[in-house]
Amino acid sequence: MNLDSKIPSGPIAEKWTKHKFDMKLVNPANKRKYTVIVVGTGLAGASAAATLAELGYKVLAFTYHDSPRRAHSIAAQGGINAAKNYPNDGDSVHRLFYDTVKGGDFRSREANVHRLSEVSANIIDQCVSQGVPFAREYGGYLSNRSFGGAQVSRTFYARGQTGQQLLLGAYAQLNKEIDKGGVTMFYRKEMLDLVIVNGHARGIITRDLITGKIESFAGDAVLLCTGGYSNVFYLSTNAKACNVTAAYRAYKRGAGFANPCYTQIHPTCIPVSGDHQSKLTLMSESLRNDGRIWVPKKGGDQRSPSQIPENERDYYLERKYPSFGNLSPRDIASRSAKEACDAGRGIGPGARGVYLDFADSIARLGKQVIEERYGNLFEMYERITGENPYNVPMRIYPAPHYTMGGIWVDYNLMSTIPGLHVLGEANFSDHGANRLGASALMQGLADGYFVIPYTIGHYFASSGQGKITADAPEFKQAEQQAAEKIAALLNIHGKRTPTSFHHQLGKLMWDKCGMARNEKGLQEALNEIPSIREEFWNNLFVPGSGSELNQSLELAGRVADFLEFAEVLCNDALHRNESCGGHFREEYQTSEGEAKRDDENYSYVAVWEFNGKGNKPLLNKEPLQFENVHLSVRSYK
Amino acid sequence: MKVTLEVWRQKSSENGGKMVSYDVDDITPDMSFLEMLDVLNERLLQKGEDSIAFDHDCREGICGMCSLMINGMPHGPERATTTCQLHMRKFHDGQHITVEPWRASAFPVLKDLVVDRSAFDRVMQKGGYISANTGNAPDANAIPISKKDADIAMDAAACIGCGACVAVCKNSSAMLFVAAKASHLAHLPQGQPERYDRALKMMEQADDEGFGSCTNTYDCEAACPKEISVRHIAQLNKDYLHAALFGK
Repeated sequence: MNLDSKIPSGPIAEKWTKHKFDMKLVNPANKRKYTVIVVGTGLAGASAAATLAELGYKVLAFTYHDSPRRAHSIAAQGGINAAKNYPNDGDSVHRLFYDTVKGGDFRSREANVHRLSEVSANIIDQCVSQGVPFAREYGGYLSNRSFGGAQVSRTFYARGQTGQQLLLGAYAQLNKEIDKGGVTMFYRKEMLDLVIVNGHARGIITRDLITGKIESFAGDAVLLCTGGYSNVFYLSTNAKACNVTAAYRAYKRGAGFANPCYTQIHPTCIPVSGDHQSKLTLMSESLRNDGRIWVPKKGGDQRSPSQIPENERDYYLERKYPSFGNLSPRDIASRSAKEACDAGRGIGPGARGVYLDFADSIARLGKQVIEERYGNLFEMYERITGENPYNVPMRIYPAPHYTMGGIWVDYNLMSTIPGLHVLGEANFSDHGANRLGASALMQGLADGYFVIPYTIGHYFASSGQGKITADAPEFKQAEQQAAEKIAALLNIHGKRTPTSFHHQLGKLMWDKCGMARNEKGLQEALNEIPSIREEFWNNLFVPGSGSELNQSLELAGRVADFLEFAEVLCNDALHRNESCGGHFREEYQTSEGEAKRDDENYSYVAVWEFNGKGNKPLLNKEPLQFENVHLSVRSYK
Repeated sequence: MKVTLEVWRQKSSENGGKMVSYDVDDITPDMSFLEMLDVLNERLLQKGEDSIAFDHDCREGICGMCSLMINGMPHGPERATTTCQLHMRKFHDGQHITVEPWRASAFPVLKDLVVDRSAFDRVMQKGGYISANTGNAPDANAIPISKKDADIAMDAAACIGCGACVAVCKNSSAMLFVAAKASHLAHLPQGQPERYDRALKMMEQADDEGFGSCTNTYDCEAACPKEISVRHIAQLNKDYLHAALFGK
């Protein structure tokens, strides 16, 4: 597998500028001759589709939802980072770059992260011009707040609905281009396969979720903007439909899958209340600005929180990490919560929870200020739990939330399959082993608005592929394979539902490959996954037919891919004999229980290559070079 | 607890539909309404029957995908709450609950409780945006916007596009939906150049889609899970009138 990262030469701060000049251009009059297929229209997909259409490319955009506005980017709450330095508190492009590389536990690609930091400021400008109603101060200027892993306030926000407002901004731009005819939008169509012709990605196979029709679409490049795979854990903060199918299909067609074991467990989610639980709800990390996290000092303390005096509480993040305190990065905050609960000091049902307490902030700032900052989050919490967080502390526990791993891409966001570009959470490049809060929105929009519009032209101008239609034999063959797979799922006529298998897989992954992993557990998972898969293919029940709206069938197809992908993830977690960021291997920790990296042996991107059905995937490595950030033990003390 | 559901079942948009009764026992007050439906669906599948199709996704009240008329109320009885955030503790043991899809000619039923809301997207495509191509934006702080205006814009922009306003309206009017977008952009300096044209075009498209007229009953505001105020309808009417009288 050729893993040429195509990082431009020169000083880091000049790479992107130089690269933009070095890349070939497509003449404005020729752009309309190129068709770009965009799969997924969340932040990355919608921004890319709109911007490419503005440039003059012909865009075919696909969503499995009834509208691009439903994409799960909409659920991001807290904010978006940008190196604007409006608060005059010492921020800069270099500091955002540094914080992101360090936050990622030195497992990201320096050049990509620097570019992300460079374009971050443009994103805010662009969004304001689209009418995104960011929070403002009384003077009319933009307001900022701070987020985990940073000591400056660089996060822009729109109440607790920043993702919603940014997505609606990108959606509006997409609508503008649909209206003008530059984008043809396809709704409720799910990508089932990637089509490769002469070694280049040239199209996709989709299933219409209303009629069941299998169709082919051809183009000159394919952009996967299909999000992450946290739902491999069944319970996560992802929307119910989020899945790995598009990315996994690309992997099976030859795209390298990078660092799948880098999964982020978000520290502040509402704890599980029972077996019926269908998803977990995140409480924005921004709450940690004003909430204090604690557990009782004594294990098994059954008293209500108000009865526990100050000196019998352990504000463990403030104690362990005095300089970052409650704003420690996500991986550290999550593991600390697990540690406290493992030690028997957890609270709430099943003792899997910790308190997030606003009493001090309410006393200091008044209820009104807290309500202004977090009102909608507090309401949401009360709706779900029936408890009022103005009066009693919130109960929180970590949950799978984001996946830093994804399809390997080079500096141009192109995968190992020429023409297949991957944007947003679906790629791997910017967050290393741990993503900082408010950086997902930044990356999705950076890729869509400011990176792919430049790099796609270079691909077209240098790839030299001719025109093609969806009648090519490669399309017909892929269509047939997709139809056969659907028929296979429908013809098992077993006893178990797709959800029951998903649940079983998720529990296994959470137990053996979740917040903490070890060799024995991972081996067990690798032994067990094939047997779940075998039962799935022998005992699945899907009602109805393939030629109608069939939600069980949709889920079954996604679960089938999770059941294969889970093995790639566990293999990656097993091979990486170190702890870094979201990947915590119990064998590799310091005496204080902190993650212990092994830079000498594991300072590389692990890229997995599909090696035929039933075979272990092949490991390829892209060495990581750190020329601008000094590799150090990440300390937030 | 146990509840009895009366659920609208309809195989496809071409078939007629009917209410079907289901007893759902062994549920807990901590379940969300959709989790209760999940439980019922798992039981139906285990009996070899087709599950009840309903739209849902984020299950945290923001994507706007979930819907449902629950006992005749869009998103059920709890104020300012989407169906996915509605919990069974709001119902009592033994309660009869009717569950129907949104009813509006502009929202045809696709299957069971799933309706086609693509009319909303087509309305948005007719001007529900600011024409600001990527790359030509000035610095974000170049134009100060008063906190008051930014807050009003945000209040309107909180719309999740679920369609509860249409479902509750006796005229199936989409006025609150259209107004939320028009007023959001009308309160921002960036939205001024296209303000009146936007009001005209979005209203025309809403009419073409078959949404009814607004007769100011304000049911939409009461049903809106995001509590979008009818004051935005007044804003839209004002802009529409301005456009009609003085041109764009």
